[in-house]
Amino acid sequence: MKPPAFQYLRPTSLSEAVDMLASAGEDAKVLAGGQSLVPMLNFRLLKPTALIDINRISELDFIHEDEAGLRIGALTRHRVTQTSPIIAKRFPVLTEAMQHVAHLAIRNRGTIGGSVSHADPAAELPLLMTLLNAKIKLTSKSGTRELSPSEFFLGALTTALEEGEILTEIELPYLPDNTCWGFEEFAQRSGDFAIVGAAVTLTINAGNCDECRIAVLGSETPIRIPDAERMLVGPSPSAEVVTAAAELASEAAEWNSDLHATAEFRKQLVRTLVARALKSALDRQRSGH
Amino acid sequence: MSDLHHISVRVNGALYEGDVESRLLLSDFLRETLRMTGTHVGCEHGVCGACTIMADGHSVRACLMFAVQADGLSLQTVEGLGKVSDLHPLQESFRQHHALQCGFCTPGMLMTGVDFLEKHPDATDEEIREGLSGNLCRCTGYEHIVAAVRNAAAKKKEASR
Ligand SMILES: Cc1cc2nc3c(=O)[nH]c(=O)nc-3n(C[C@H](O)[C@H](O)[C@H](O)COP(=O)(O)OP(=O)(O)OC[C@H]3O[C@@H](n4cnc5c(N)ncnc54)[C@H](O)[C@@H]3O)c2cc1C
Ligand code: FES
Ligand code: FES
Repeated sequence: MKPPAFQYLRPTSLSEAVDMLASAGEDAKVLAGGQSLVPMLNFRLLKPTALIDINRISELDFIHEDEAGLRIGALTRHRVTQTSPIIAKRFPVLTEAMQHVAHLAIRNRGTIGGSVSHADPAAELPLLMTLLNAKIKLTSKSGTRELSPSEFFLGALTTALEEGEILTEIELPYLPDNTCWGFEEFAQRSGDFAIVGAAVTLTINAGNCDECRIAVLGSETPIRIPDAERMLVGPSPSAEVVTAAAELASEAAEWNSDLHATAEFRKQLVRTLVARALKSALDRQRSGH
Repeated sequence: MSDLHHISVRVNGALYEGDVESRLLLSDFLRETLRMTGTHVGCEHGVCGACTIMADGHSVRACLMFAVQADGLSLQTVEGLGKVSDLHPLQESFRQHHALQCGFCTPGMLMTGVDFLEKHPDATDEEIREGLSGNLCRCTGYEHIVAAVRNAAAKKKEASR
């Protein structure tokens, strides 16, 4: 058999899961969609003593429109996030990004909580969490806490999740009215992990850009680029400003270098994709979408 | 460590009950325990798509689930799709369009295709390509597979009219 032996536990409620995780010790792992964890087990890159399968905890599977934001349960499958009309209405940029996440059968199993917890530096969902100022909610036996993306994503495949903690939900604060968006990614094939991705929002009222967010994937963790964001704020951003902001963005981090792309190539891609994302956001605003 | 679990799972309509070890992959359960070798295994890490089956109506990678997780579910494998004497319309379309050569990828292509057509009855060629992008074929160059899926979609629409 490919995977190493482990004890399998299948809680049906969050409180049961948290208890099991607490008593199973530090080498226990949560099993969500299994689309990242099971490959690692099949390669024997991990040897957990126990897997706590959260797939039957229906209380973690929801999308709720609350007063201040949209709450998405950790067990929400990629397919559901991709096709949810509420998400398409509130966060079309997330709907667009989901088209780039993996393939049909993977999206049928993979979960938002799993993707965010896994924190693959080439994954789209952590990028979107960073763009949308997500509140990432964690629960353990000793209580709950809520982290911002920059507090949560610490490095490649490394998060602030502590032993015994389960990610339970993501809350996305609603965007202000008159916010347009852009999303661009470069991947080698359809459904592959991104080599570089850029996601932006611009809030424009009466020709004035009140707020701009620029998030980029291509370094150890997804990042925001405040210096470039500030350049866009003000009366109707010109093409020159877009170019300058994209240039600045490309200098903003140490980009990853791996067998798919060198850091130098990623830097060029950041410049190109940030410019394209900003331009497509501005085009959307002009055409009234 | 023997960590056995009693499971009860429906495979192509027939109920199977038995004990499985936690770490038994669903793909190995189908192929080795049930001796249903229609579900193929290529990469065992989710990339090739050869092991794709349907679980409660959605396509999944059998190599990325454990058999114990299928407890209570209803599975469909390529064996449940059609018989040689009575092919499923997508299988028939594969035959007509020469959409297979060695046949290694075919079970996964078919199961993905069935789920895809269910979810995208009006798919464009580009959408068909995206829909099949998680399934690798080393023989055909994909053109005939796309044609087979396109044709099956058209037939399905005609039939429902
Ligand atoms: C062929 C292939 C292509 C893919 N392409 C892409 C792609 O293009 N873009 C992309 O973003 N992803 C891609 N993925 C990954 C996919 O999106 C995964 O579904 C996702 O990264 C992990 O989610 P999961 O629910 O499957 O988590 P699992 O694999 O079950 O878990 C992943 C990790 O997170 C932990 N975990 C899971 N849920 C929780 C929780 N609620 N609380 C605490 N810890 C938790 C687990 O213990 C494990 O360490 C691909 C996967 C495959 C196999
Ligand atoms: S064997 Fe399951 S995807 Fe390759
Ligand atoms: S027909 Fe040989 S791999 Fe597809």
